[in-house]
Amino acid sequence: MMKSNSLWQDSWVRLQKNKGAMFSMYFIILVSVLALFAGVLSPYPFDEIFDGKEFLSPNSKFWFGTDSLGRDLFSRTLYGARMSMAVGIITALISMVIGTVYGSISGWFGGRIDSIMMRFVDTLIAIPSLVLLILVKVFFDSFQLFESLEARALTGMVVALSMVGWVTLARVVRGQVLQVKELTYVEAARALGFKPAHILRKYIIPNILGPIIVLLTFQIPSNILSESFLSFIGLGLQPPYSSWGVLANDGWKAMQTYPHLIFPPGVAIFLTLLAFNLFGDGLRDALDPKMKT
Amino acid sequence: MKIEKYIPLLLLGLIVWAIGLDLFGYIIPSVLFYAIGLTFVCGLGVFIYKNSLLKYTMKRIGEAFFVIFLIMTATFLLLRTIPGGPFDEEKALPPEIKANIEKKYNLDQPLLTQYALYIGQVVRGDMGESFKYVGRSVTDIIKEALPPSLLLGFYALILAFLMGIPLGLFAAARHNTWIDNLCMGFAVSGIALPNFLVATLLVLFFSLKLQVLPAALWVTPWHYILPVIALGIRPAAFIARLTRSSVLDVIQSDYIRTAKAKGLSARKVLWKHVLKNSLLPVLTFSGPLAAGIMSGSFVIEFIFAIPGLGPHLISSVSNRDYPLILGLTLLYSIMLIFANLIVDLLYTFFDPRIKLS
Repeated sequence: MMKSNSLWQDSWVRLQKNKGAMFSMYFIILVSVLALFAGVLSPYPFDEIFDGKEFLSPNSKFWFGTDSLGRDLFSRTLYGARMSMAVGIITALISMVIGTVYGSISGWFGGRIDSIMMRFVDTLIAIPSLVLLILVKVFFDSFQLFESLEARALTGMVVALSMVGWVTLARVVRGQVLQVKELTYVEAARALGFKPAHILRKYIIPNILGPIIVLLTFQIPSNILSESFLSFIGLGLQPPYSSWGVLANDGWKAMQTYPHLIFPPGVAIFLTLLAFNLFGDGLRDALDPKMKT
Repeated sequence: MKIEKYIPLLLLGLIVWAIGLDLFGYIIPSVLFYAIGLTFVCGLGVFIYKNSLLKYTMKRIGEAFFVIFLIMTATFLLLRTIPGGPFDEEKALPPEIKANIEKKYNLDQPLLTQYALYIGQVVRGDMGESFKYVGRSVTDIIKEALPPSLLLGFYALILAFLMGIPLGLFAAARHNTWIDNLCMGFAVSGIALPNFLVATLLVLFFSLKLQVLPAALWVTPWHYILPVIALGIRPAAFIARLTRSSVLDVIQSDYIRTAKAKGLSARKVLWKHVLKNSLLPVLTFSGPLAAGIMSGSFVIEFIFAIPGLGPHLISSVSNRDYPLILGLTLLYSIMLIFANLIVDLLYTFFDPRIKLS
């Protein structure tokens, strides 16, 4: 008997042939590990100030130099990776859950429920995302739910980005559910008398997981980008906490005199976004060979 | 006679006139802005009428009003439930003065009354008075800040199309060669580059190192170059990728084979037959593109200290300047909604197979 491969195995084989995507995947894993172990790997605490050592150029003691207050830029970049990656990944996961649930309910029931639910989505889409992001963030931050400033900043950012991010996912999932629910195996499940929640969970969502995962990989870099955007214009995370956007803002402020400050966060953002985009492209091609461009 | 044929020409003429004035350092008179707007609306009206899209358009406009109303309500409630008012300064005001100020802006009224008063104002075309810029109405602030933002966005859009489409076409025509890889390498990098980094690097190189271009402000055309490039490069990269994949689709179709078979030169096939048919996805992308350029312009205006809408939005949020935040949110939403509507309408022109209903 011939051994047949599952859809996922086939996709994995296809993905492995794509060198750029595989390389990006390893790079993403590397950045994630660095971010996860930032506390162990960084030579100094992110907020330790070395008096009289402001604006040092890269040297053997401070690998990336020091910033305007004499803090080690290498440590700050590592901690920045932690914050940026955490925001990117957590937010994408939350958006995925909300978007999938919302979209599948809307698509499954159709009719009036669908049109009301989609009208809400249309309203959110009609607000430029950065404006919505700023509004939700300011709103959420004003409640000051946590003691620690870091937790406050992180949750504010995650909530705001999730509010914006789930909308696209909901739309795509709804479209997919609308297509899939007409297929015969769903009809069979319905005839067997399963409850809608069961059919959605066991029959529909596993079959539309491909596009959802692809969207998820593209949401992560766009969240990282939005986070750095907001932090750059001063509405995101605040110093002494570090994210790539905060560091880019520091670098921009000191640009006239000490241009080397902009490069570590800049290169980090660029390479990470590049890796996520390449990996996402590869994943899309691997999961859906028909869509290959 | 066929008036509708001359309206696009007139519109083009007016736009070229305005750009000419701007590039030669003259201020574009507001009459010209109004004229362009009016011509555009007239042209659109004739187009809608001739293609019997009137019903569809009315429906969409009705929906748009509903959505705008929802956005207005939600934003209003969101802002008013935030703890901490606009007049809670570090230095506490004497209670009588604070009460007086709050009375002036109706902040002492119940929430619903405030809301009713605000809606009444907006219906009369008045967005209220800014809390921070005392004595200046939101409408005035927007009127003053809109032209630089519009120009920046417009030039960035033009740059994005002029760079993106040829790049994508070129890459597709040389599919799977080093030229293709180079173009797509550029495009993927462009997508991964946040515009504040592009802006910073451009300023670093051209203003601080070479000292050939100004690092900030929005005065002469020389000042336009860096912000427009910084804002346009990401959309250009998106368009390049989109154009390439769409051209690759079209190239495989039967009518292109026919065109080649009847002996047309490769260049003619590419520019006449392929390009025209592969621009539809690019058109579809114009809605999100407009939104992206709008959001991007906040940061670019902030970096280059351009007196546009972006810095106002950022400062109004930290100042809790409710009327200004509301006004700007409404303005941005209206622009986005109508950009999408126009894209949908134009769709029927470029692809007559599509029927809107």
